[in-house]
Amino acid sequence: MNKRIEYIIEKAILLSGIASVVFVILIFIFLLKEGLSLFGTENFFSFISGKNWYPISDPPQFGILPLILGSVFVTFGAIVIAVPLGIAVAIYIAEVAPLRFRDILKSGIELLAAIPSVVLGFLGIVTLAPLLKHLFNLPSGLTALAGSTMLAFMALPTIVSIIEDSIVSVPRNYKEGSLALGATHWQTIYRVILPAASSGILAAVMLGIGRVIGETMAVLMITGNAAVMPTSLLQPVRTLTATIAAEMGETVGGSSHYFALFAIGIILFIISFIINLLADWFLHKK
Amino acid sequence: MMNTKRTEKIAFSALLVLTLLVIAPVVMIFAVLLIKGLPAITPEFIFSMPRDGMRAGGIFPAIVGTFYLALGTAVFSIPLGIMAAIYLNEYAAQNWLTRTIEIAIINLAGVPSIVYGLFGLGLFVSLFGVSILAGSLTLAIMTLPTIITATREALNAVPRSFREVSYSLGASRWQTVRNVVLPNAVPGIITGVILGLSRAAGETAPILFTVAAFYLPHLPQSVYDQAMALPYHIYVLSTQVPNVSSKIQYGTILVLVGMVFILNIIASYLRARFRRRKTW
Amino acid sequence: MVAKLDIYKLNVFFDSNKVVKDLTLQVEPNEILGIIGPSNSGKTSFLKTLNRLNELYRNCSTTGLVKLDGKNIHDIDIQILRKKIGIVFALPLPLPLTIFDNVAYGPRMHGIKNRSKLAEIVEKSLTSSAIWDEVKDRLNEPAFRLSGGQQQRLCIARTLAVEPEVILYDEPCSGLDPISTQKIEDAMRQLRSNYTQILVTNNVKQAARVSDRTAFFLMGELVEISNTGDLFTSPKDKRTEEYITGRFG
Repeated sequence: MNKRIEYIIEKAILLSGIASVVFVILIFIFLLKEGLSLFGTENFFSFISGKNWYPISDPPQFGILPLILGSVFVTFGAIVIAVPLGIAVAIYIAEVAPLRFRDILKSGIELLAAIPSVVLGFLGIVTLAPLLKHLFNLPSGLTALAGSTMLAFMALPTIVSIIEDSIVSVPRNYKEGSLALGATHWQTIYRVILPAASSGILAAVMLGIGRVIGETMAVLMITGNAAVMPTSLLQPVRTLTATIAAEMGETVGGSSHYFALFAIGIILFIISFIINLLADWFLHKK
Repeated sequence: MMNTKRTEKIAFSALLVLTLLVIAPVVMIFAVLLIKGLPAITPEFIFSMPRDGMRAGGIFPAIVGTFYLALGTAVFSIPLGIMAAIYLNEYAAQNWLTRTIEIAIINLAGVPSIVYGLFGLGLFVSLFGVSILAGSLTLAIMTLPTIITATREALNAVPRSFREVSYSLGASRWQTVRNVVLPNAVPGIITGVILGLSRAAGETAPILFTVAAFYLPHLPQSVYDQAMALPYHIYVLSTQVPNVSSKIQYGTILVLVGMVFILNIIASYLRARFRRRKTW
Repeated sequence: MVAKLDIYKLNVFFDSNKVVKDLTLQVEPNEILGIIGPSNSGKTSFLKTLNRLNELYRNCSTTGLVKLDGKNIHDIDIQILRKKIGIVFALPLPLPLTIFDNVAYGPRMHGIKNRSKLAEIVEKSLTSSAIWDEVKDRLNEPAFRLSGGQQQRLCIARTLAVEPEVILYDEPCSGLDPISTQKIEDAMRQLRSNYTQILVTNNVKQAARVSDRTAFFLMGELVEISNTGDLFTSPKDKRTEEYITGRFG
């Protein structure tokens, strides 16, 4: 009797293990199911490279290049802000901060990670956007830069935590050897420790990119809503993620607009698949 | 020689400034939320229905909806996640299948939340309609990687020698897991579960098309009903309803952030308490 | 007389590293067999082959034959095999449970649920390992509160509770004080009439005190095995003599 129950439990455990693979496949299949229907009527190449996203015009145009560029601009801006900042904070926490502050600082950063993105989106609307509007004399502060800044903050906890881990796992004797040769702490940090932690930094960048590209609500709320080809960070843009969120509610199931949004989903899925695989590779490449 | 010392001082000061640049906004955010949101928190706000196109009244249905969604997420993701972690740590051999599963988990963790929303729409909504059921299932799959990872860490923390002792007495693998490994991993698992659920409670994108209702005049009666939810309500109050008082906006946000914050504190407390009482 | 354990041309590998080489020996029923030798001689790997505990290590493989009471250990259900061959580890390893639950763990896993039967088994096992008097009023206390020597005797009791036929000891007294060591050696002598025991030890003098026959392992090979008195007074192999007299170790 006992052996039979145990057998069932162990089978259930095995199935649960496989479940994750099943879910990834399922997600991909369902995205494909709806998304590929678009390419019955649209050309894949003009989808990817078309400069006009006019899904509700007649006839609709489904070029997602402005959306891709929107995501790229916002992501790029966010990484440019977050990576140097993240490295600086990670160094400070790992090597410079007095021990008693270390935990407080780490908790502070973790707290940032706990704030839901819709809340950060709201705060961006009421604080960041007016600030940018004022600073740069813009018609509206809802711009790619606002998105980049907010996303940089959202990505910082991930980036700081990974880089900090990498710094801490640099073997002590590297550091001690450098100091013994007369280098200052700071020289040791940028000459010895950071290079040794470089694969961790790369992994952090990759994971940061993944985090930022996939973000939806905050960008939806603060990057303006202009699905046009962006030329600078100081104008409204539309990302791939925000497009799905903003427009799905308006589509009719089974229309080509509906399929187009799923097709965008496929693109996002593939991008994040690649980025995460790369990040994992960097993390485990020691 | 003096030059390098001075460089160091400048560098370290710069690092401090940058760190404060990051930490200060966090503190300010919480301060602002408290200052502007606390006045809104009244029993009426918490427990009554919204009135006047949500410009007045309370947010009770959103709170209830979030609670149901968290519950549903827990029901679907916890057993599955724990068992998957047990499989990976205690049963699986080092082969291609195990590596594939681990890659799959990494990918599930990285899928953008809006893509989960699309998936939920494509599968669960076509099966169950826009409902708490569809929303919970979507959120559950999204939360799965967090629970699996946290459980694996908790299982790994149990010393290998315990397992060896159990096997040497003639116990089977499941007996060893059930009687020696799991009981000692429970505190770590609980911490991970609480953190995973608190994140799920704050998500908006996965519930946009799978469960969220703009406005429901009554509370959901069954799992097949739509529901309001706090994150979506915040989005709506911020962008879809004109002339909402900032008091209500901040109040709603404070309730959500407060919930998430309290859950995080509970998780940290449990983690610290467990570490103290550990006997090995 | 049929040997209790019959080992024939046993080789144990960790990855491609051979740690036990072509081992052949028999263990007689109710004897205490001592195994001495310097570190990394393969003593522990040999021991853990007997109850198939080394199958827990993914990179371990074996060739050769091991028989318990004439039956190949790979033909015996592994849980029953481990019930019949118990092991006491080098470090006292109480489970994070009460003293009672530690000893009752094995019997519970084998299906005994009756509370009074368990209590009976617990008392009997703790008595046989010479610790009953010290713990009989503290059975519901956590086991980790006991001293090192007491914990180790608890582990012996835990092993006895599943009613094994063979008991393996892997350097059980390393790190214990002389009094605890003596209590454990006394317990081993008491157990002789009902159990076959194999004692791996780094302490040559302990083997001399306790075992009936002694085997000398060196670098994975069995160099010599004979009655303890003979091995220590007139060893046949030069290496044995050099190890015993402390020329190397």
